[in-house]
Amino acid sequence: MNVLTELVDLSLIPSILRALTPVLLAALGGAICAKAGVFNVGLEGFMLVGAFAAVAGSWFTGSAWVGVLAAVLAGAGMAALLAIASVKYGGDEIIVGIALNLLAVGLTAFLLRTVFGRQGTFTEPTLQGLPTIAGQTPLTYLAWLLVPVLAVFLRRHVWGFRLQGVGEAPEAARSLGVDTVKYRYGAVLASGVLCGLAGAQLSLGNVVLFSQNMTAGRGWVAVVAVLLAQAAPFGVLLAALLFATAEALGFRLQGVGLPSQLASATPYVLTLIALIVASVRARRVLGRAPGEVPSEDRPPVENPAASTHVSRE
Amino acid sequence: MTPRKAEPSAESGGDPAGEPRVELAGIVKRFGDVVANDAADLRLATGEIHALVGENGAGKSTLMSVLYGLIAPDEGEIRVAGKPVRFRSPVEAVEAGMGMVHQAFRLFPSMTVAENVVYRAETRGTAGLLDRRAAVRAVQDLSERYGLRVDPRARIRNLSVGVLQRVEILKALHRDAQVLILDEPTAVLTPQETRLLFDVLRGLRDSGRTVVIVTHKLGEVLELSDNVTVLRDGRTVARLVTAETTGAEIARHMTGRAVDLDGHYVPGTPAAAVLTVEGLTVGPPTGRPVVDDVSLTVRAGEIVGIAGVAGNGQLELLEAIAGLRPSRSGSVRVGGTGLHGFSAGRRREAGIAYIPEDRAATGSAVAASVADNLAVGFHRRSPLRRGWRLDRSAVRDHARRIIEHFDIKVSTPAVAAGTLSGGNLQKLVVGREMAHDAPVLLVDQPTRGVDIGAIENIHGRLRAYRDAGHAVLLASAELSELMALADRVLVMFGGRVVADLDRADATEENVGLAMAGIPASTGAPGTGS
Repeated sequence: MNVLTELVDLSLIPSILRALTPVLLAALGGAICAKAGVFNVGLEGFMLVGAFAAVAGSWFTGSAWVGVLAAVLAGAGMAALLAIASVKYGGDEIIVGIALNLLAVGLTAFLLRTVFGRQGTFTEPTLQGLPTIAGQTPLTYLAWLLVPVLAVFLRRHVWGFRLQGVGEAPEAARSLGVDTVKYRYGAVLASGVLCGLAGAQLSLGNVVLFSQNMTAGRGWVAVVAVLLAQAAPFGVLLAALLFATAEALGFRLQGVGLPSQLASATPYVLTLIALIVASVRARRVLGRAPGEVPSEDRPPVENPAASTHVSRE
Repeated sequence: MTPRKAEPSAESGGDPAGEPRVELAGIVKRFGDVVANDAADLRLATGEIHALVGENGAGKSTLMSVLYGLIAPDEGEIRVAGKPVRFRSPVEAVEAGMGMVHQAFRLFPSMTVAENVVYRAETRGTAGLLDRRAAVRAVQDLSERYGLRVDPRARIRNLSVGVLQRVEILKALHRDAQVLILDEPTAVLTPQETRLLFDVLRGLRDSGRTVVIVTHKLGEVLELSDNVTVLRDGRTVARLVTAETTGAEIARHMTGRAVDLDGHYVPGTPAAAVLTVEGLTVGPPTGRPVVDDVSLTVRAGEIVGIAGVAGNGQLELLEAIAGLRPSRSGSVRVGGTGLHGFSAGRRREAGIAYIPEDRAATGSAVAASVADNLAVGFHRRSPLRRGWRLDRSAVRDHARRIIEHFDIKVSTPAVAAGTLSGGNLQKLVVGREMAHDAPVLLVDQPTRGVDIGAIENIHGRLRAYRDAGHAVLLASAELSELMALADRVLVMFGGRVVADLDRADATEENVGLAMAGIPASTGAPGTGS
């Protein structure tokens, strides 16, 4: 009981909120991509590069907001690589995404040494962090605001409507004259921007420093949140909240004597469990599908024999 | 992009009298060495239903793709209302009043009917928000006006094929299509759905639109169309007024020779039962079975037909008998041998041969040579097998024999099977399976997507195979095929055999009703025979 009150009190909320913002921003970016039919696993790398650019921008100009701008541009730059490689040239988005994540780790470590001459971590007392309003950075408020905005955009706005069509049946969208490439570019770039913001929150909001690989898997957690929520904005918020709570509790657990390695593993263990649950659920849905939808009511399976003859004609 | 309002009146096209609404003149299109269209012409008038017919490879699809802006012609001209136009994309063709219903529907499964219809032709409210109510109203208006019954709020993934087709037509009408092109529109419909579609198309014609149906079903051409254009080898070989022509004449133009159209049914002489299936149930361990307690018998010297709309368990039934799909319960016997627990290979040894529905994915290995494809199934035993190795010259001889006997057009047995035309690849599969001389032959959609010549050939082979004293179980979505071949017709619906009809009772009406799941005794009294 004593331990419980020590673990859970009102002061937990701000730390949950801080832990939430980067994951939520990245996951919203991932959700937009998922709706457009791009499975973006590069969130981690986009975020890491954003975190570095934020510190660099803030350090060299003395303004945290320039740092945020730099983070946004860097995130978008990484996203542009993904868009060009996979949307334009048809590369496998998973492979390109993983490659970009690896690139981000190496690139930021390299730049940390060449630009700042440091290894591991860079911080200075004069490095400007983001201002706070009631204990939270403006990016936290922005992240929360984006949830309903994005939900309305996807559900009600004509562009969001078309975007979902592009993701669901690109062939059908193309046949009606929608430029699917343009929509996918837009979605991937938007995820880059949001991941840049997520990175800035990490390195100028939650702490004011850059350290090697400081995203520590938060981008992957965001990917899982997208999967769990099936890319619905409010669902993404819930999933991200779950992980943020786990992370904040993990810190507390360290305070009451749980080994720190175990404590910091909490969110990832939770991720693993969530993934297993999600995949079991997905399989059950798939397995049930023929029972739920009478076979005669299913849309026709395209007949490959017929379609080859059509294309041959 | 706001949709233009559909014009119900016949004068909407505004064509000067006598001038065609749309004209394709001297269209030439080459793909590499292949000439798909070679001076093809097509003239479409306002307020007509025009049938575009021809065998596979005659260039129908290419010509329609040119008209719809999917393919740019190498030569020739498209004129709309007398003025030459050039469509660089389907979007431009749509703006010029073309509409196309593809064979494979292009819809968004998770969205509603109304959302699908208005996609990229939406009515916008404030701040660019989608006006879903306007979308529903637009669909209701159109569906009332043209008798296209559909619920605008239904989700696409819950709808049947016939309804999906209506949605595709609504999509075109919402974009104010004046010329509506339908590619093989009845291929996936039940006879009842076909009749409904025809009524809709007649209504569209009467409202002054032009309807083009691309088909090779002559019965439909004669029933529905006003005019016919026949393509052969990429050229327009005949333009006919439907009322003044006959099926035989159209077929002659299509093939360039006289054709036995009905492939008239010749009764078989059934003897003892060879294939016996009892209580066969196939499906996931829990949930609804895809094949539900099916029992049937096929006798030697008999063709038993299985009618049904695609996806009602025919495929799964045949696969389960062939051993390609596990069954939950029930038994399959060939002669006196129970096949329980037998693999596909052992079932073949027990006397089952199988011509699958999908010749390219299941029936053959398209990347392998014709010779290897013909050797499969024979390769385990002499003469193709010699000790531990394959006798290559025996494989070639074996291939040559089948190629010659089944008249497969191929330059050499060494070419990849995938280079064969659909009809020839089908003959390859049919030839290989018949070469086994198995007492039981399972056949699934033997003539799907092949042309009249190949249909004639394959039907003849199936009859001969039966007459040699074999049992044939034939699943087909084509009623005419069953009428031409089957000695008895079973109808499958929702995984069950819902009707078992003798030849005499297997009228189109009876079979069609059963295909739609309506028991013959209660459905549509007074119709049929």
